Amino acid sequence: MVKFVRTAQAGSLESCDILVTITKGKEQSGVKINLESSAKKQFGDRIIAEIMEVVKKFGVTDIVISAVDKGALTYCIQARTEAAIKRAFGVDEK
Amino acid sequence: MKKEPFKEKDDRLRRTRLYIPGNHPAMIQNAEIYGADSLIFDLEDSIPLTEKDTARILVRNAIQALNFGRSEVTVRINGINTPFLEKDLEAIVPTKPDGLLLPKAETEEDILFLHERITELEKKHGLPVGKIRIMPIIETALGVVNVEKIVAAPRIAAVGIGGEDLTADIGAIRTPDGRELEYISSKIIVACAAYHIQAIDTVFADINDQEGLFQATKRAISRGFQGKSVIHPSQIEVVHRAFMPSEEEIEKAKRIVKAYRESLKKGLGAVSVDGRMIDLPIVMRAERILKRAKAGKK
Repeated sequence: MVKFVRTAQAGSLESCDILVTITKGKEQSGVKINLESSAKKQFGDRIIAEIMEVVKKFGVTDIVISAVDKGALTYCIQARTEAAIKRAFGVDEK
Repeated sequence: MKKEPFKEKDDRLRRTRLYIPGNHPAMIQNAEIYGADSLIFDLEDSIPLTEKDTARILVRNAIQALNFGRSEVTVRINGINTPFLEKDLEAIVPTKPDGLLLPKAETEEDILFLHERITELEKKHGLPVGKIRIMPIIETALGVVNVEKIVAAPRIAAVGIGGEDLTADIGAIRTPDGRELEYISSKIIVACAAYHIQAIDTVFADINDQEGLFQATKRAISRGFQGKSVIHPSQIEVVHRAFMPSEEEIEKAKRIVKAYRESLKKGLGAVSVDGRMIDLPIVMRAERILKRAKAGKK
């Protein structure tokens, strides 16, 4: 199991992007996602599911994910989540 | 001509190759609508060192998930001597792009190394071997000196010129009409022509000077370049307009192709059009003109 190394971020607040920040959560707290999006009412559940799909793939837990969405599509949401996880857990960097 | 492995002829139209920063989702997902013949998702110069990882993942996901229509999909990876190349290849090769642009290509060994690494990854991921083309960019004096060997290497489909870097490397001063690159361009064009590979002209940096871009493209076409790299969507229409042959050129090209086909049917060895003998290179040029005319009318 990979170990949390540092708070990490990926993405931006530009149009069509999403800024994903990952911080360390409490032990046994699982994965908490705070989503901010102007489309939250319509697409919130889907965005969270797309983020969770990547989280499960990497098997990471006890983290808090803050995502500020600016209209990102699935490919981008998942790319930013993957990059932030890899940075936070020191996997395959740069 | 004998078909050699990894050296299949590639006649794809590449009038425009649009650079798109690999960390810019808005530009990436709109790339198809710009109408460029080729798209270059950039992982090199437009990406800061601290964002190489995020751009690589974003471009990988974009190629896997999005449809770029008729545009050729290519990626400019980081150079041979960078710590990013291997990760770029591991992420991008499995997405089966049409081509990989190698910046600062300097030797035949650079291409062979890349060719072998792509082949290994194609095999590892169960992909057809040899479909991904290599498109070197010549940006240094050493690359110019070795260009004859570079174009003869496997997988090469097109060779680009990095005008800014080349000018700096040879210690010249950049001029609006690009005269400092005349010898270099000619050398690259001849080397490419010898191996039926396309030479692609360098970018035109001033995105507000459309007339200057049109004239620069006309000059490039007359010298033998088959495409131009562009850095902004607004440059695409201008370059395509420059590549559009005149009605007179189109009519002449039609007569040449028709006469050649008839001569083949009749088993004639030589044929003349408008009182001038034509042979294969002239027919091939005529076919290229008709292809550009057809694309320009779309």
